[in-house]
Parts: sequence; C-alpha cells; structure tokens
Amino acid sequence: MAQNAESILNKSNAQVEDKKQFKAKRNGFKGMEISEIIFKVFAYFFITVFALICLYPFVYAISGALSGYSALYSGAVVVFPVDLQIDAFKVVFTDNGFWSAYSNTIVLTLFGTLYSMILSILGGYALSKKNLFGHKFFNFFLVFTMWFTAGMIPTYLNYIDTRTIFREIGITDDKWFVVVAMGIAAYNIILLRNAFEAVPSEIDEAARVDGANEFQIMAKVYVPMSKATIATVALFYGISRWNGYFWAKQTLDVTDAPLQVYIRNRVDQFSDPSYMDGWHEVYAPDSLMYGMIVCAIIPIVLIYPFIQKYFAAGVNIGGVKE
Amino acid sequence: MIRASEAQVEKLERSYWRRKGLEIFTNWRLYAMLVPMLFFFICWKYLPIASMTMSFKFYMPVSGKQVYGSDWVGLYWFHALMFGNLSSQFWVVFRNTFTLSFYGLVFGFPFPIILALLFSEIKCTPYRAVAQVLTYLPKFVSTVVITSLTVLLLRAKVTDGDNTLFGGGPLAILVGAMTGDPNVNVMMEPKYFRAVYQITGIWETAGYGSIVYFAAILGISPTNYEAARIDGATKMQQIRYVTLPGMTSTLTIMLILEVGKLLTIGYEKVILLQGNNYSVLFSTAETVSTWAWHMMQNGVNNSAGAAADMLNSVISMLLVIGSNQIARRVSNTSLY
Repeated sequence: MAQNAESILNKSNAQVEDKKQFKAKRNGFKGMEISEIIFKVFAYFFITVFALICLYPFVYAISGALSGYSALYSGAVVVFPVDLQIDAFKVVFTDNGFWSAYSNTIVLTLFGTLYSMILSILGGYALSKKNLFGHKFFNFFLVFTMWFTAGMIPTYLNYIDTRTIFREIGITDDKWFVVVAMGIAAYNIILLRNAFEAVPSEIDEAARVDGANEFQIMAKVYVPMSKATIATVALFYGISRWNGYFWAKQTLDVTDAPLQVYIRNRVDQFSDPSYMDGWHEVYAPDSLMYGMIVCAIIPIVLIYPFIQKYFAAGVNIGGVKE
Repeated sequence: MIRASEAQVEKLERSYWRRKGLEIFTNWRLYAMLVPMLFFFICWKYLPIASMTMSFKFYMPVSGKQVYGSDWVGLYWFHALMFGNLSSQFWVVFRNTFTLSFYGLVFGFPFPIILALLFSEIKCTPYRAVAQVLTYLPKFVSTVVITSLTVLLLRAKVTDGDNTLFGGGPLAILVGAMTGDPNVNVMMEPKYFRAVYQITGIWETAGYGSIVYFAAILGISPTNYEAARIDGATKMQQIRYVTLPGMTSTLTIMLILEVGKLLTIGYEKVILLQGNNYSVLFSTAETVSTWAWHMMQNGVNNSAGAAADMLNSVISMLLVIGSNQIARRVSNTSLY
C-alpha cells in the first residue's frame, strides 16, 4: 500500500518535473528548476540594485556639482542635474588652495609610494630568506606591529617629536617628514615576502653560481618574477597615500595639507549654516563641495578599470600563509 | 656572496657564535637590506609603544613635562578608568567600541557572502564584471570622500522662519520620510550613528569583501552541482549542501580572523563622521581611541587616554593572536 502510494507520488512528481522542464524551455531557461529561475532572477535584480547603490553617491555628487542653487536646495535633484551650470566647477578649477593641496597630494603619493616600496621590497626580500640568522626574530618584530599598536596619543607625540627633529636637521618642508615617517604597513611587507618565498630556489641558485650578489639576485631575479604582487602592493601604498587624512591633518600646516585635508576643512566650513548668509551665486555652496569631491576621485576612477584586477589578486594572495 | 678562505673558515667555526658570526658576515647584504625597514619600525612603531609608559605616569598637557620626566603613578589611571572617577565615561566608550565592531561583524560578515553567491549566479560575464567593478569602487575612495558624501547627503533641512533655505540632502529626505520627521538631523542624533556607521561600512567594503568568497565558489567543481540537480535538489538545497560546504575553509578562516579584529575600530572614519559633534554623539559614537584623542586635544588628560587605548590594544591583541591560533589549528592556514 505504502509502496504503491510512493510510486504514484514519484510518477506524478516526474510528470510535474517534465511539465516544468517544458515550461522552462519555452522561457529560454534551459532545463532549470523553478527555484533556480527564481534565484537567478533575484540575483540579477539584487546585484543590479546593489551596484547602482554603490554608484549612486558618486552620480549624485556629479549632478550636485552641475545643478543650480534652487534646484539643489529644493531637493529637485535626485539623479540627474537640474538647471545645468558649470560655475561651481569653474570656481573649483580656479581655487588656488585646492590645486596646491592637489599638488601636495601628488608629491606625497609619488614619493611616499616610492619610499614605501623600496623599504618594503628590501625588507620583504631579506625576510623571505628562511635560513637567515635571526629570521624568526625579524618576522616577529614585523608581525608584532600588526597585533599591537601604541594608540593615538603616543603616536601623535612621536610624530610631533619626529617633525621637530626633521626641522632641526634642516628638512623644513614637513611633507618629507610625512613621506618618511608614515605609511609603511607590515601587511604589505608580508605580501611581498610571501611572493619572494614562492620563487623557485633553482633559479636563485643558478644566479648565485653565475656569481651574482644578493642585490643583483633581488633586482634581476626576484623582482621581475614577482611583478604581480609588487604591482598590487604599490597600488595599496599608492591608494593609501592618496587617501591619507588623519595624521597628515594633525602634523602638516594648512599650506602643506594634502587634498583630503583640504576637502574636509571646506566641508566643515560649508556645513555651518551661517555660511549661506548673503550667498548670491547661481550655484549652491554644496555644489563646490561636490565639485571638489569629483575632482578628488577622478584620478582613482580613471585608473581604476586598469588596476582593479590587481586588487582582486591582492586579496587572494593575502589570504593564505603556511 | 663573499667567500672566506679555508683557514678563515676553520678559525671561525670553532664555536657556535663564531659560526653565526661568519654567517652574518657573509650575508651582510641581506642584513643591510633589513636596516631601513627596521629603522622605520623602531622609530615610528616601537618608540610610540615605549612611550606608552605614560599610562603609568602622571603626564598632563598642562604640566609642561616630557613623558620621560613625569612621575610614576603605577596603575592609578587604570583604576580610575575601571572603578574610579573616569569609569562612567570609560565603560560607555568601551561598550561603544565593542558594539560598533560587533555589529560590524554581525551585519558586515554575511553580506559579502550573499553577494558572492549572487555574483556566482550571474553567468553573463561582462554584466557580472561591470557589476563587480562598481561594487568594489567605494573601497578605493578615501574615507574623507565617503564621510563627506555621507554628511552632505544626510544634511538636515534648514529653515528660516517659514521659508525653507535648504530642503535637505536626498538621504535626509529619505530618512525623514521613513521616520516621519522631515527635520531629522541624522548626523546629530546619537541613535542613528551606529546605523550610519554600519550602512556606510557595508556599502564601502561588501563588494571588495566578496572577492575572496567568490573565488572560493568558483573553486567548487560544477560536477557537484550536476549531481545535486540530478538528485532533485532545489537551488536553496544546492546552496545548502554544495556551495556552503565547498567554501567551509574560507568561511571558517574569514570568520575567525574577523572575530580577531573585534575592538580594532578604525579611528579615522569615526572621527570624520563625528565631526565637531562628538560630545553630542558621545553615548553611541565615542570609541576608546577617539575618546583618548579628544581628551588630549582638549588638554584634559594624556595619561588616562593612553591607558584606555592601552587596555583596548592589549585586549584586541589577545583576540587577534587567539583567533589566529584557532585558524591555524582549524584549517592549517593563518594570516601571520
């Protein structure tokens, strides 16, 4: 009896299955379960919505920069610009403070990344030699800085002391202090170390037999063979220098301040409602802010399509060790 | 490599330390490579750690003394923080630190996984690639831009008597419609801070965080899905019995490492979101490090702030080391 019922059930299930498949075929979802179709539709929907949400603030920033005063302030701007004007961008383009901050950021990013890369490649290479005497100690020395940080106040006082020393020895441009004293991350050195460890030792030995010294082996064997990781780490450093804010704000004078500090200072100014007293421009104060934000992220957005594959690679190489 | 002569080798190999000396001597180039890095870490990572001794001293901004010249007070500040006159504030900021990072774990951890599952469902590769690139984008925009956009989009309505000067940012209008209060000033209300922090956090990092899970899903053999489908598994069952088991090791290690990061809240984003309203937002937004920072900025107390930061650092270090050890046990992989 029970068996009978089961076989009938199975049969009817099979029939339903067939019908489903037929239906699915007609809809172009070849041989798919209803649940799979629903899931797929949901996936497309959700991913599209989330991607648009990720994009929205940036689109709004562009529209906000291009919209007229009353349109922006009455809330008429939702996605696209209303009452198109380019005066806000003109003001941003002629704002000397903004562009000197921009050039400060470029200097900090270029030299900072170069400096960080040199130290990290040298250190990462030496640490990748497992039979080096003291290898364990040096590794611990490095990793400990990831586990334990000194906290805000000791770090701040240390930076201020360093800045004083730099000024005393004649480096009066504080930008160099920021380049030298900040921005090297143990994590990036570990990424490089892992990449160097992965280079086959036969190639290393071959170079040694040919009489190359350690510096030559590093520069001519290891660095070319770890290009992908080196590019990734350089991008990590470059992005973090470009985006650096907090300690630059605390240690640099206004004239030396990088872009991020400048933008934040202006946002604080504009957020004060009294700033709007006697405002007679066709654009709103906010449009200036949006204009600056757009200008600040343009370099990242422009190079982003070319570099994003390295970031994806960076996550994967960072995850696994030993 | 410099080669020592036979006689030199014999002489130096007499003892362990002499042998080591020879090793260091022959590898001097490697040690020379280490020097700049070590110099950096000693000067700008370990010296601040050394001056953390200020938390055992009476080091006040007004006293005009240097850290190293201040008087020792033992565990006075730790006692004051935990049981004494600073305890009422300290436990609030400690709770805030924990809450922010704990909510970050609860909401921030599953979201990238869901995103990766959905990404893997999209078989149209160009479409998926564009969507992925868009979702990674916020991760690479600076915290200043993210928080400035947050502040600007959430700017409250400004009225002057009857006429509206400013209608409110688009998100402020949205929040106003949801809460029924059109004049809501989200950035000034303590009750909204956690939500703002978590939502912007997810918005910022979820796409980028999904990369590692997406790679894990791609690593699962399609034959497993075929087998499951022949057995009549629905999509949910396929996820439950094929996809999730297939990414267990990734899930485990990521979860453990995330747990290790509890209490390590980035101060930059919190300070930027607080702006000048940190005293208004104290009950939810002030974390241990920002509290310490504000105490120093306002010239109140250096030692107590450093002590609070030190407590936080020690606990988070124990969490990181512990979770890392567990990760090593569980899956033979660890970050360090």
